[in-house]
Amino acid sequence: MSRKNGWIAGLAVPPMIALVLLFAGSSSVTANDQPSAANAAVKIDNFVFGPQTVTIPVGATVTWTNKDDIPHTAVSTDGVFKSKAMDTDDNFSYTFTKAGTYSYYCSIHPKMTGKVVVQ
Amino acid sequence: MTDKKQDPIDQQLPDLNDDGVDRRGFLKCMAWAGTGLVWTMSGGIPVSRAFAKSYGKGAGKGGDFSFVQISDSHIGFSKPANPDVTATLQTAIDKINAMPHKPDFIIHTGDLSQLSKPSEFDTLDQVLKGASAKQIYFVPGEHDMLTDNGEQYLQRYGKGTKGNGWYSFDHKGVHFAGLVNVANLKAGGMGSLGHEQLEWLEADLKGRSASTPIVLFAHIPLWTIYPDWGWGTDDSEQALSYAKRFGSVTVLNGHIHQIMQKIEGKVSFHTAMSTAFPQPAPGTAPSAGPMKVPAEQLQRVLGITDVNYRVSGRSLAIVDSPLADSGASASGNGRGLGVFDAPLV
Repeated sequence: MSRKNGWIAGLAVPPMIALVLLFAGSSSVTANDQPSAANAAVKIDNFVFGPQTVTIPVGATVTWTNKDDIPHTAVSTDGVFKSKAMDTDDNFSYTFTKAGTYSYYCSIHPKMTGKVVVQ
Repeated sequence: MTDKKQDPIDQQLPDLNDDGVDRRGFLKCMAWAGTGLVWTMSGGIPVSRAFAKSYGKGAGKGGDFSFVQISDSHIGFSKPANPDVTATLQTAIDKINAMPHKPDFIIHTGDLSQLSKPSEFDTLDQVLKGASAKQIYFVPGEHDMLTDNGEQYLQRYGKGTKGNGWYSFDHKGVHFAGLVNVANLKAGGMGSLGHEQLEWLEADLKGRSASTPIVLFAHIPLWTIYPDWGWGTDDSEQALSYAKRFGSVTVLNGHIHQIMQKIEGKVSFHTAMSTAFPQPAPGTAPSAGPMKVPAEQLQRVLGITDVNYRVSGRSLAIVDSPLADSGASASGNGRGLGVFDAPLV
């Protein structure tokens, strides 16, 4: 934008403002959620939740994926979340909005237990 | 199998128990076909008979009868080592239908389906419809209650049952109780019967003559086989305490896809093979997942252990043999853990 083309600049300003607002919006989303960095994956393999304990910030999502030939579930012991039976390669995600420690287990194979720590 | 083969088994058998239990009702049981147990109730007289050929000898006498136990059909499972579990179930049913001594009924000890899908139950029903024994008793496995808290299972297989599907019935003087230990499982625990069912069982057994032979059957073993894999039932001792006063108690389970047996006083425990796929012996694999075997070996691994017991000098014989006709010589699985087994040859 040059002073010489003030009239053009005048025309161009509204779109620029819009552009700036757009960037501002997207960057604020990134700052609050940190989607790629903070989310966690739990792999179910050989009847084990791995890692057994995951620690995430408030607002992050945990995704469980079943790598076994046998169905499994991820069910919180205090009823906060409950997956359906996951067949091989099925997954289940839950977003944790409150800080705390969430114990969970496989309701089909209750010896399988895990923990999500939300800070 | 023949008498000639039967004899070595008897000779190999340890004298497991010398407490002189006098059994008025006596259970003779034979597992066979890799997938089925044939139990013969032979009114007070224990006779170790080879399956099939000499079976008819004492059969038909007052009160004598047999039934077959099958288990863990997992209809819907399609991965190694068995991409066609419907076919192996069909083979099991064919073998049952070919028995010279017709069983009075069949007991299926659960995991009918892999994922509790209606289509899986439909397929199972279709195959079981071909069984010559028309009466089939079921208990659910955990795979049959994956959705809707087992409502669909109850509608299809549990009509007239209590709670999550438990019930009892009498057959020719023997009292049977089908128990459910796969519902409402607690984190970190094993199988569970729960307070309500235990109360029911206590009342159900109360007042019966101690000479009544009792058969308890459920999906997950009612004795602790391997806690690390959840192969046991947390409150099974309570259930068994109600059965303690009876002279003959037989406990039949599935879930672990292999044969295990033990005798504790008057109580004999037995787990059946799967009609679908084998599972590893406790602790021999990273997990209890399906054991993968070459296709040509599948029908042998589905049932390879012949088991016999002699109690107080009387035979309590359980003979398991595989789907594959030639598999009788295969060695047994499930060794250790106080399990006594003997291969057929």
